[in-house]
Amino acid sequence: MDELLKLLKKNALETPENLSKMLDIPIDEVKTRIAEYEKSGIIRGYRAVVNHDQLDIRQVTAVIEVKVTPEREGGFNHIADRISKFDEVESLYLMSGTFDLLLFVSGRDLKDVAFFVAEKLATIPGVLSTATHFMLRTYKDHGVMMEPEEGYERLKVSP
Amino acid sequence: MSDSKSVRNYVASHVRDMPPSGIRDFFEIVSTMKDVISLGIGEPDFVTPWHVREAAIYSLERGMTSYTSNLGLLKLRQAIAEYLHRTYNVFYRPENEILITVGVSEALDLALRAILEPGDEVIYHEPCYVSYNPIITFAHGKPVAIQTTQETGFRLNRAMVEEKLTDRTKAIMLNFPNNPTGAALDLDDLREIGELAVERDLIVITDDIYGELTYDGRHTAISSLPGLRDRTIYLHGFSKAWAMTGFRLGFAAGPAQLVGAMMKIHQYTMLCAPITSQEAALEALKQPESDIEEMKAEYKQRRNFIYRSFEDMGVPCVKPKGAFYAFPRIDKFGLTSKEFALKLLDEENVAVVPGSAFGACGEGHVRCSYATGMEELKEAMTRIQRFIQRRVPAEVG
Ligand SMILES: Cc1ncc(COP(=O)(O)O)c(C=O)c1O
Repeated sequence: MDELLKLLKKNALETPENLSKMLDIPIDEVKTRIAEYEKSGIIRGYRAVVNHDQLDIRQVTAVIEVKVTPEREGGFNHIADRISKFDEVESLYLMSGTFDLLLFVSGRDLKDVAFFVAEKLATIPGVLSTATHFMLRTYKDHGVMMEPEEGYERLKVSP
Repeated sequence: MSDSKSVRNYVASHVRDMPPSGIRDFFEIVSTMKDVISLGIGEPDFVTPWHVREAAIYSLERGMTSYTSNLGLLKLRQAIAEYLHRTYNVFYRPENEILITVGVSEALDLALRAILEPGDEVIYHEPCYVSYNPIITFAHGKPVAIQTTQETGFRLNRAMVEEKLTDRTKAIMLNFPNNPTGAALDLDDLREIGELAVERDLIVITDDIYGELTYDGRHTAISSLPGLRDRTIYLHGFSKAWAMTGFRLGFAAGPAQLVGAMMKIHQYTMLCAPITSQEAALEALKQPESDIEEMKAEYKQRRNFIYRSFEDMGVPCVKPKGAFYAFPRIDKFGLTSKEFALKLLDEENVAVVPGSAFGACGEGHVRCSYATGMEELKEAMTRIQRFIQRRVPAEVG
């Protein structure tokens, strides 16, 4: 992957000035390349990585395994597209293995998600079965530790 | 023993006369302070890759807590031989040409003790790693320093070495990429210095501990050049490129005669390197490229960042070619390197190491290590900029 993209994936707030210094390229080039990434859709957006466990809000996330019947035309795409249109669905992946689609769904509480599964997801033609797992706690998200390990300090000056 | 005057000084004169390390007193000051951003650290900020730590843990679980052969585990020596051949195109026989040591530190000491008669001269280049001069002295050799400077990018060439040659010259010590300057040698210079060593029958001791951390181009091991393998003691270790300083593991590779002599001292003084560290190193050599590549990419970004930052501040600095140090020149602010470091620490809570700690010609410079997270590095550079902005008028006035 391009180094600029890697750096932005690590920290999207990095300023063009610093990026230019780190990559040893002119600042204008940094700006143009970011603009190109945004225009081409390679960069889809920027958002904060939030530790929800630390917030006093009601929210649950469920991971749902879904088995579906692929359609003759379009395979999984049509049904995946249909499911992903629901606001509740945060991510959706086509998987290899014992099920076909993997969904990350969030709602205010268990009932909320249960309602979505029973009333919306399961009733879509082509959905054969679902298995819902609720997340209990987040340890790491998008490569970020939610509770960083107690750092070990090196000597402050060494040869 | 009540009257101190009557107590004989039992310490040997060559130890007694050795001045304390310039880094040591600076460390004492810094360690009493809080919230310091330190660019004074000569070791990676990365933690040893997990699979390597896990291998060390697993070896303990299996009860591997014994001595190993004096030379070190054969399978580790084999892995090292294979790695050196693949990476630097020079082959050493695992049976008798590789010795596993407690860091490059021990290997340096062994190399000098193995080859020096009292009074033999060893040529080395300053600014350099703090231990070079003392360990030559402790081995009863005579240290002969070449002064490298900013003007020539802290590089070394044949003529500079030639100037220092005498009948007593036994060896030349090289360290590129260099601590503290980040300098690396051009292949031509390396070749010419090698040729000189052959012509004058010198032993070359090369400390290649930063070899992998070379950012523009590839590192060449001098022992891979024609005629040099059998007069070179090649030293390397896991501290830097693998972020394994605390494991204390290094190795020496060279002709059987020299490695055998080093082994003789090692077997009676150290017996062997710790088995846990040897097991970890074995794992470290399983996928070195991917482990190192990731850290190296980040060091390179920081190198670019720190270099450009000094450039933007108008502080002259040679672009570091390797290792993880920048060595900017600060003499225009009218302070010695020690005063600069102390004031910077006092006013901005940023620690850098005075260049004079690395030899007299390091005066006028400070060593800034970029083995520090990017966020800290950014903050440190902002503070250094603020610090020097307050000083520019003094220079003009
Ligand atoms: C040039 C150089 N040689 C040797 C060492 C010591 O390495 P080790 O940890 O292998 O003893 C260092 C550590 O800072 C160094 O910079």
